[in-house]
Amino acid sequence: MSVILTFIQQAIVQGITILFGATGEIMTEKSGNLNLGIPGIMYMGGVSGLMGAYLYENSTDNPSVAAGVVISCLACALASFVGGLIYTFLTVSLRANQNVVGLALTTFGTGFGNFFGGSLSKMAGGVGQISVATTASGFQATIPGLSRIPVLGDLLFSYGFLTYVALVVAGICTYILTKTRAGLHLIAVGESPATADAAGINVTKYKYTATLSGAVIAGFGGLYFVMEYLGGTWQNNQIGDRGWLAVALVILALWNPAKAIYGSLIFGGLYILYLYIPGLGRAGHELIKMTPFVVTIIVLIFTSRRNKPENQPPASLGTSYFREER
Amino acid sequence: MAGTKTGTKNVLHMVRRSDMNRGKALVIRLIAVLLSLSVCALVIVAITGENPLSVYSGIAAGAVGTSRRVWVTIREIAVLLIIAVGLTPAFRMRFWNLGAEGQILIGGAATAAVMIYLGPVFQDWLLFIIILAVSMAAGMLWGLLPAVFKAYFNTNETLFTLMMNYVAMQIVTFFVVLWEKPKGSNTVGVINQTGKEGWFPQIAGQQYLVNVILVTVVTILVFVYMKYSKQGYELSVVGESYDTARYAGIDVKHVIIRTMLISSAVCGLAGAIIVAGASHTISTSTAGGRGFTAVIVAWLAQFHPVAMIATSGILVFMQQGAIQIATQYGLNENASDIITGIILFFLVGAEFFIRYRLELTKVETGSAVGENK
Repeated sequence: MSVILTFIQQAIVQGITILFGATGEIMTEKSGNLNLGIPGIMYMGGVSGLMGAYLYENSTDNPSVAAGVVISCLACALASFVGGLIYTFLTVSLRANQNVVGLALTTFGTGFGNFFGGSLSKMAGGVGQISVATTASGFQATIPGLSRIPVLGDLLFSYGFLTYVALVVAGICTYILTKTRAGLHLIAVGESPATADAAGINVTKYKYTATLSGAVIAGFGGLYFVMEYLGGTWQNNQIGDRGWLAVALVILALWNPAKAIYGSLIFGGLYILYLYIPGLGRAGHELIKMTPFVVTIIVLIFTSRRNKPENQPPASLGTSYFREER
Repeated sequence: MAGTKTGTKNVLHMVRRSDMNRGKALVIRLIAVLLSLSVCALVIVAITGENPLSVYSGIAAGAVGTSRRVWVTIREIAVLLIIAVGLTPAFRMRFWNLGAEGQILIGGAATAAVMIYLGPVFQDWLLFIIILAVSMAAGMLWGLLPAVFKAYFNTNETLFTLMMNYVAMQIVTFFVVLWEKPKGSNTVGVINQTGKEGWFPQIAGQQYLVNVILVTVVTILVFVYMKYSKQGYELSVVGESYDTARYAGIDVKHVIIRTMLISSAVCGLAGAIIVAGASHTISTSTAGGRGFTAVIVAWLAQFHPVAMIATSGILVFMQQGAIQIATQYGLNENASDIITGIILFFLVGAEFFIRYRLELTKVETGSAVGENK
């Protein structure tokens, strides 16, 4: 029983980073932008939140937890926004190719994260690893009374606040996409920007809004990983392939944030499954770790058989829109 | 934003260009390169506090300061170039092969396997041929799957090839554990260090000359194939439009699979060049993001070999320089990725000014024309 409990807990912990990234990428892709810079943006958001907290904690003798949390959230949001802005400006305003810009942004963002994460403490004159224990304790704090309930408390209330933020954001995004006029417009922009334009929808505005908010949401995936999972420190390349898993989860979730919640649990579970299969050995572990990607490929193949139109990628995904060229 | 008042105002308006000649385009790209280099220098100055001149000389020293560094720079340019060359046929067909990273890794893993298991068995020249063949076959396998599903089910190849990268990465991690030396180190170490079985031979005392020759030969072959062969023509027709190709009697499915096999075979060969010709080891960072950088290089060059060499040259020069400066200041090597990113942003952004021009037009406010911005 307790093994299953730990497994589910760990799956949720692994899944939240991916969920943030996938929710952000779904909003982005709904506007017709395939942002392959999401993995880079997660690095940028994560390391910037860490840097914000680090500079704050080093500037006062008695850093407060609340201020640290707020500062790192703001720094994370700002950096992810800037990352999203580079992408959106180049692809929407300058009509550059989305795949090309996205990959460049991932190269840049990953380098940005590893460089500052690895060098900041040295540049600030400190020694050893960068660490922000005070701020991280704010991210790791659980709800006092509720988390003590046996089983149920462990299962539902043993996480930091960003976990619940991730669920709420995914819920809000689903609501926007399925129940509001703005969501309908956004979907129209992603399916056929020319038609949306003709209907009087401001395509540029929708593309900018969706992609920028998507970038900020994804950035918080990096912050969650750095603050709650790593406990306020940095290790180069630790975020690893989670950014690409987020891109993969978008496919598994069939472009629906609510389904991404279940999907993130599945991916999180697959990610740590190897720890629970006895007798595999280290080499075997690595083979099990490829299952999320294999599952995604299978889903991709099945969705391409076109059985349901609502399960398809947005029709204009990956193409820039230039009004004079329709 | 349409106003309600009537009157006229000036609005920036995008127009597609047709008057762009080679020279003008080159000037725009050069300006972009200069701008990006200035921004890179600014970033380095901000981080290290050095004056800009010594930063530039530091970069130059890092890239071409000694004859060994010159060869390392040439080696890295050759690797980036061959990956970009490999991606070119696929891109010409408008097939987004983002799977170079995985094709390199699997080609590299196959190479390492040959070196480890067959190294003691065969002669060096035979080993060399086996490595070339096996690495290309491994790359082809990785390209075959997305191509078949694209051809028959129209499965999105961008996402499919992307996912294949991480399958390859886990397979490489699996083999790293299998082949690790010493046990428990989680690295393979230098393969066949004493006997150098399977290592590319030295020519005229130069370790990397074989790499350069291989890359040159492949580059020439691919461009002759693209430009003068019937198959090369067919794949560019498929790239323009599937319907046109079908109407002209071209078997689209066949062309997609054939082109992707060529593309991924070259990427697999790049893996062999990295493993047998340079690092003599295998790890998950064997490809090191070069599969992605090459996508951008190939796209920027628009299938033009000279442009491809120039772009790879600038990128590698700056990367090697940045690595040198970072080591000098005890900072980590990822600085080179930041530099790569900045240069690419500028080069990609510059394409806009080559394809479009901005015009100020007077429009009546309240009319829909002004809403474009």
